[in-house]
Amino acid sequence: MRSLLILLVVSPVALAGVLPEDRADAMYHYYDGGGIEIDGPSLLARKAVGEKVSVSASYYVDSISSASIDVVTIGASPNGYSEERTQWGVGVDYLRGDTTMSVGFSTSDENDYEADTLSFGISQEIFGGLTTVTLGYGSGADDVSRRGDAQFAGEIDRNSYRFGITQVLTRNLILGFSYEVVADEGYLNNPYRQVRYVDVNDPRGYATQFEVYPETRASNAAAIRARYHLPYRAALSGEYRFYTDDWGIDAHTIELGYVHPYGARWLFDFRYRFYTQTAADFYSDLFPYADAQNFLARDKELSTLQSHGPHFGVTYTILERQGDSPLKSTANLFIDNYFFSYDDFRDLRGSSSSSVGSEPLYDFDAFVLQVFFSLWF
Amino acid sequence: MRSLALVVISVVLLAGCGRLEPWVKPYERDRLADPIMSFDRNPVSGSYIDHVHEAREGARGASGSAGGGCGCN
Amino acid sequence: MNGNRHKLIGSLLLAAILSAAPVLAGDATGPAAEFTLPARTGETVALSSLKGRVVLINFWATWCGPCRKEMPLLEQIQKKYAPLGFTLLGVNVEEDTAMMDTFLKDVPVTFPILLDPANGVSKLYDVSAMPSTVIVDRKGNIRYIHQGYQPGDESKYQDIIRQLIRERA
Repeated sequence: MRSLLILLVVSPVALAGVLPEDRADAMYHYYDGGGIEIDGPSLLARKAVGEKVSVSASYYVDSISSASIDVVTIGASPNGYSEERTQWGVGVDYLRGDTTMSVGFSTSDENDYEADTLSFGISQEIFGGLTTVTLGYGSGADDVSRRGDAQFAGEIDRNSYRFGITQVLTRNLILGFSYEVVADEGYLNNPYRQVRYVDVNDPRGYATQFEVYPETRASNAAAIRARYHLPYRAALSGEYRFYTDDWGIDAHTIELGYVHPYGARWLFDFRYRFYTQTAADFYSDLFPYADAQNFLARDKELSTLQSHGPHFGVTYTILERQGDSPLKSTANLFIDNYFFSYDDFRDLRGSSSSSVGSEPLYDFDAFVLQVFFSLWF
Repeated sequence: MRSLALVVISVVLLAGCGRLEPWVKPYERDRLADPIMSFDRNPVSGSYIDHVHEAREGARGASGSAGGGCGCN
Repeated sequence: MNGNRHKLIGSLLLAAILSAAPVLAGDATGPAAEFTLPARTGETVALSSLKGRVVLINFWATWCGPCRKEMPLLEQIQKKYAPLGFTLLGVNVEEDTAMMDTFLKDVPVTFPILLDPANGVSKLYDVSAMPSTVIVDRKGNIRYIHQGYQPGDESKYQDIIRQLIRERA
């Protein structure tokens, strides 16, 4: 992969590409679903320095108060817990002719998890600007710890490789294709989560043991997306992504959308997203006995699940762009709803009435709110 | 890997095919330049929503947005 | 095995980029193609009527960021060199003139804005980037072509204009 990046850097200058616009965004985000509430700020700023360089910085916080099903059933805190995760990021883009080279670093911190990621990207416009080819590489190092257990320390080494092409097909139609490989190695499970297995001697009908995950995970994802400009000022969008990994999870994502400006200042957008996945090979809601397999998981994220729901967005242009001035500002309100349903993850809360293994299947709704202001300068 | 090579080679063949002229001229790209045609109109929102998905679903990658963020545990 | 395949793909991509990249036109020769276009103010302008003057033809649109940035600088060039036998023509390529009218209210210019909504003249001049600038000498020959706009390009234009103004018709 390294040799490929070097070859692209050496290619000659043709017509000039353009740096991304200078911009600042300030967002408040809020998530409420499945017994979890998360909110916090997300700030993003980008500024060109000279004619060839653009720098960006980001700041993001999740304030989590969780009484999720994982945590109140087989988890460490029957009454829930709260914590905070903070993430900082910086990036530099360098434009040379039609080529943009990018470097980025981000670091995320919470009381039992630290993650650092370094990423590189190169983007090349070819073919009169009709085609853009992008390559990216990311390298991450995570430190996993366990609250209340000072002896525990896990590490994860992550590598991701990205390839993308966007292609202008007609005056009104643009297509994008992206492919990403992610390879993780290290301590990949949650240090608190436990699986359950049938145990007639336990009053619950089951006993628990810690999850055991493989030390590696390699995944492939390929997505195709399109945007089509209608005869009047509006756009349709569509996206399909296929995902597969060596844990046995296959997933499909489909998203359809419509953007409709109204007058000079208003913009409405609507999307609907469907997601479906199959379970990991070593996942089970209820194992038949202790140590039933080499690898054991009861993480609902790895179960057979579907998620679908709408997105509504309203954007109001507070300050319109005038003449040659780059100044513009917008106010935005986005609402997303997700309906999650699980085919093989059961709801163990208040389940003394059900026999072990026949508890109702779990499902929940999530509500996501984003309120943000954007300024171009 | 083989499918990746196939895609790349088709781009190469298309682009290198005897100076094929760009069929959408730069002065015809007004609609494509409209922000409503952007794949990621608001990156601050795009990366947040990717994070919401990755933290709750098994799939990751190829999301079209700059960085999915830490899904963590 | 994998390393060799990567190198093969890399060199093929490089070959594609090299062959797909259009030639960067700096200097070009030959007579400027004749055209007649309506101006915003109503009258029609023919390029041949400007023979004897140095002409800068700039192809622009309001949806193009570098084009918007360039306009006030083109106005400065127009004011400075018009008395010396120079004319600037701004050729707008948009179908809908409403955006252009709004823009020119905020950034008024004194040089003629010609309307080419059918893109006939853009095709004639093989416009391959937005904006594009073509500078024509007093004899009617193309002497300089520039694609795109980066801050600082306007001083390049001025150098060429000064040189061409000194030449006799």
